[in-house]
Amino acid sequence: MTFNSMQKNGLLLAAFAVIATSLVIGVQLLTEDKIEKQQQQQVLRTLNQLIPPALHDNDLYQSCRLLEDPALGTRKAQPLYRAWVDGTPTALAAEIVAPDGYSGAIHLLLAIKPNGEVLGVRTLRHKETPGLGDKIDVEKSNWIKSFAEKRIRGEDDTRWAVQRDGGMFDQFTGATITPRAVISAVKRATLKLQQQADVLFNADLPHCQEGQQ
Amino acid sequence: MNEYQHLTKQGLWDNNPALVQLLGLCPLLAVTASVTNALGLGLATLFVLVGSNITVSLVRQFVPSEIRIPVFVMVIATFVTIIQLLMNAYVFQLYQSLGIFIPLIVTNCAIIGRAEAYASKNPWQRAAFDGLAMGVGFALVLVVLGAMREIIGNGTLFDGAELLLGEWAAQLRIELFTVNYPLLLAILPPGAFIGMGFIIALKNKIDAVRSARAEKKTVTRARVTA
Repeated sequence: MTFNSMQKNGLLLAAFAVIATSLVIGVQLLTEDKIEKQQQQQVLRTLNQLIPPALHDNDLYQSCRLLEDPALGTRKAQPLYRAWVDGTPTALAAEIVAPDGYSGAIHLLLAIKPNGEVLGVRTLRHKETPGLGDKIDVEKSNWIKSFAEKRIRGEDDTRWAVQRDGGMFDQFTGATITPRAVISAVKRATLKLQQQADVLFNADLPHCQEGQQ
Repeated sequence: MNEYQHLTKQGLWDNNPALVQLLGLCPLLAVTASVTNALGLGLATLFVLVGSNITVSLVRQFVPSEIRIPVFVMVIATFVTIIQLLMNAYVFQLYQSLGIFIPLIVTNCAIIGRAEAYASKNPWQRAAFDGLAMGVGFALVLVVLGAMREIIGNGTLFDGAELLLGEWAAQLRIELFTVNYPLLLAILPPGAFIGMGFIIALKNKIDAVRSARAEKKTVTRARVTA
């Protein structure tokens, strides 16, 4: 009797699990493309904010290549976008990671000119504290725009730090870890992209779509 | 008073999930830094609550009481995951600003509380209405608290409403006053606790005044909290 009811309950639970899982899978299949598209659009919107139309005559999204370099903040291959005008390199953009945010990794998009001048930085994804660290989000504050037109003199350029550490970037009231993480990630990646700009524009790197599969 | 009026009164006031049952405080305190976020999470919770109440009510005949809790949890988790995927697909920017709190709707005890206390014992129409009333009650408290904190902390109302409601809502934004340094206390979790305390105190005060007025009528009431 007990065994029977246990069996029956087990089967019922299993049936519920199967129904619940298939519902979730169904919705996921339905929304998958849309979500993918939203993320692409977000990156593209951000790219277009950073690299104005005057600076490229190629399709930025098609120019996406995968670059594997620890200076981008992660061991995973990251998307790299290359812009040309009439075949002359004009801008490089890369998705980079600040692994040492206050609550986990901060994903950023960085664009520079081949000579190393920063075109701009935007935050793509983060989990920083709402109201404090989330000021790195351009929706919340203009802070992230302060990277535009900045240049870096080298590894030991002390201006690339928050003001509290003697640098040229504002910190936020109540949150220093977040801007520190962003600044050091941008500094690291900018140096690398700047040094390698010539190589990167000509390198034969794997396409983004192929690399992900 | 018929059952539906009774359910409305219970959900919005007498047995409000946030003010009386004090359930779902984690998301409530965490996302109410602005009206937009509060409204977004309130609507998501409302949808999950109605969906889970209907489902739980429909399957209540087949589910033996020994396994009802795991079944409820699966039902709720399914709805939350579906909502999360839909929000990710259709209100991407709001999804990003609510972030971790969407999956956390699963842990909102108000939802499993209503499944257990009401939906598992009543026909689906009533269960759906109960979910609606409780969900609206919860969302209203979220919005009030969100408005308080946004005004005090940032001097604005409906900041970022376009993320939830589309481009036209950008004009909803009201700037009451400009602040150079936001009042952090209001935006940080302690501000949420203090604000919540004031709202509960206000509700209790109103209830006290009303019962004092009606003191001649002796009414005995049993309040059931889930």
